[in-house]
Amino acid sequence: MSEAKKYPAPVTNPETSAFWDAARQGRFMIKRCTACGEAHYFPRSICPFCYSDKTVWEEASGEGTIYTYSLMRKSPTGPYAIGYVTLKEGPSVQTNFVDCDLEKLKIGQKVKVVFKPTDGAPLPFFTVA
Amino acid sequence: MTIKGKAYIAGIYEHPTRHAPDKSTAQLHAEVAKGAIEDAGISKDDVDGYFCAGDAPGGAWPMVDYLGLNTKKLRHVDSTETGGCSYIIHLGHAAEAIAAGKCSIALVTLAGKPRTGAMPPRAAGAEADFESAYGATTHNAYGMCAMRHMHDYGTTSEQLAWIKVAASHHAQYNPHAMLKDVVTVEDVLNSPMISDPLHRMDCCVVSDGGGALIVTTPEIARSLKKPLVRLIGHGEAMKGPRGGKDLDLTYSAGVWSGPRAFEEAGITPKDIKYASIYDSFTITVLMQLEDLGFCKKGEGGKFVADGNLISGVGKLPFNTDGGGLCSNHPVNRGGMTKIIEAVRQLRGEAHPKVQVKNCDLAIAHGTGGLLGVRHAASTAILERV
Repeated sequence: MSEAKKYPAPVTNPETSAFWDAARQGRFMIKRCTACGEAHYFPRSICPFCYSDKTVWEEASGEGTIYTYSLMRKSPTGPYAIGYVTLKEGPSVQTNFVDCDLEKLKIGQKVKVVFKPTDGAPLPFFTVA
Repeated sequence: MTIKGKAYIAGIYEHPTRHAPDKSTAQLHAEVAKGAIEDAGISKDDVDGYFCAGDAPGGAWPMVDYLGLNTKKLRHVDSTETGGCSYIIHLGHAAEAIAAGKCSIALVTLAGKPRTGAMPPRAAGAEADFESAYGATTHNAYGMCAMRHMHDYGTTSEQLAWIKVAASHHAQYNPHAMLKDVVTVEDVLNSPMISDPLHRMDCCVVSDGGGALIVTTPEIARSLKKPLVRLIGHGEAMKGPRGGKDLDLTYSAGVWSGPRAFEEAGITPKDIKYASIYDSFTITVLMQLEDLGFCKKGEGGKFVADGNLISGVGKLPFNTDGGGLCSNHPVNRGGMTKIIEAVRQLRGEAHPKVQVKNCDLAIAHGTGGLLGVRHAASTAILERV
């Protein structure tokens, strides 16, 4: 089902284009602030924690655990599972879980990033590790 | 500075319709405006402040013109848009404007027709590329909160179901309620799963309709004929994933708006006789009761069980009109009807079967946006004088 699903292409903008360029190479990027040391997602140029502009791109491991999820069963395009993954690097990211048994998802379960194509840059999703 | 006691709710009106394919959205705004103005016993030409949110076609200036408000007199407008709690925020902002002398009779309107046709999409935020593809809807965003709340605190579907059961007990007495049948915990659990762990009966209705308020000065309120109801505390707050740091979906921005309102009012949750709590979903009510301090975090499940929210039965009568879960949820925005039922309770105008005795202090609290993603919250504490 998820293979057939068509995802919208990211619009992208100057602040986030490096994320999408990396995604085209299969790399999942986060931003880290070199002033306070905190990582964040989605990427901003100004650190949302200390307001420093010394933020840098960092390739994330793409590994994390499920913080929460919900399996939407009433959807015209078929069931899908939305959730948040807490990355090994710290930040939690909103995503869908794909290419796995959505009935067996569990909070705390280990997952890893996978990219799915769009008409533009590919989008990050997560699947059971 | 405080707004405590500086503004009174002199007029209320809830549109009786739940399905209005034969009316325009602007027309519904006009009908609720007229209703609230007549309830207050003022003239529309006296209105000198106007408040509306994203549901008002074209925003404030087309609405002011369409409604025929007196533009020689109108001197304060506010179109703060925070989803379903916009009108609770408007109430606080109206009180601020009145306290500052910027207006003396404020009109707040809400109306729309999501049951008749699709609503226009929200404008995209900076997060759009990183979230919109994942299909966050109200159902699964609140489902994510419920799932984590169950994980962290052992909250059960049975406990959530009690919230719907209580609402249905109240809705049976509301002739306008969309769902008037009293339901059981089993009925809720046996209703289809929509987005785990929320069943269909954990979800509010979709309805057309609207409502309006007249907010005014103490002096003007006393010159009118309605029982006196005043705002004594108000709070507003916002919450989001904030860069993904320390994500915690088990609490809402009500943890900030609530204490602000209680502090201003100088009372505690124990003093509240009636509570209007936004009930987009059962989990919304449970989390907000915890966040507002009616029980400890994580103990909401025990608090709502066994009919504790049923008027005349439990300790905290809530949503005695049947709320969003059973009566209506105009424009997918429940904040307005939360204020209106609280005012009815304080006036003694609720249905006799659900009227709280000696109801002198009430709370109206709501959220807007998606609890599981980013949202606003607002709390109003109201007193019968």
